[in-house]
Amino acid sequence: MYWTAFDPRAALIGGMLIGLAAVMLFLRIGRIAGVSGILGNALTGAAADRPWRIAFLAGIVLGAYAMARSIGGFTPIFSPGPFGDWPQLVAAGLLVGFGTRLGAGCTSGHGICGLARFSKRSLVATLLFMASAIVTVFVLRHVIGA
Amino acid sequence: MLRLISALVAGVVLGAGLVLSGMANPQKVLAFLDLASFAQGGWDPSLALVMAGGLLVAVPGFAYARSRGKPALADSFDLPSATAIDGRLVLGSLVFGIGWGLAGICPGPALAILSLDGHQAFTFFGAMVAGMLIFHLWSRRA
Repeated sequence: MYWTAFDPRAALIGGMLIGLAAVMLFLRIGRIAGVSGILGNALTGAAADRPWRIAFLAGIVLGAYAMARSIGGFTPIFSPGPFGDWPQLVAAGLLVGFGTRLGAGCTSGHGICGLARFSKRSLVATLLFMASAIVTVFVLRHVIGA
Repeated sequence: MLRLISALVAGVVLGAGLVLSGMANPQKVLAFLDLASFAQGGWDPSLALVMAGGLLVAVPGFAYARSRGKPALADSFDLPSATAIDGRLVLGSLVFGIGWGLAGICPGPALAILSLDGHQAFTFFGAMVAGMLIFHLWSRRA
């Protein structure tokens, strides 16, 4: 089971590609590669910036598909928790969508771009969403699911 | 046009990186977030390496970009202007973390898995977009 086993090389190289993508976008068009901000602003932001935002988002879908095809055998696996399959996914999606817009960033914007430019706001945000996610998983798996 | 191609290429690299790194696999993300599994030997440290790999490239990359003064295809770098650590940042990050912990999916991977997974990816993506739109309506009111 390649994809669930710990593979340090894939994680490190994959992470470097994520960092490279952020640098490319910043170096070329001067924008921060924060996916939540780019998606949110593609929906409700300035019309003039909509084309590049949509191009970037479409690129993510294409790049993921191409990588998955070239590696082979990749299927994301969801494990429904104690609340069942779709109610948990819907609740999670709503919280991720609302939270990332309220907190002005997600794992890419705060976690990679923000930390890379030593933003104190991004450091605080990253520590908080990591801590909150860790507590949530603990409660789901070891308190409710125990 | 060049701007569009640059954005598209950066997106492609990001999507490829998300899949290769395992970030687009919710099971792997949750295995990292499950710190308590460390005691049972089941903890997966991958995500820390993903972050390390990302910063290994992004820290010097951003420093180099800023040393050039301006981006290749725009007049200036568009950086966030906010500097204060306010209630919105704190609350938003905490709420995001709860959602991330519930499904193991954050916004980048939510897009990356659209073509790789069946209805579950679309269910999550639709709900995430709804959450963003709810925020938009709510923040215009507030």
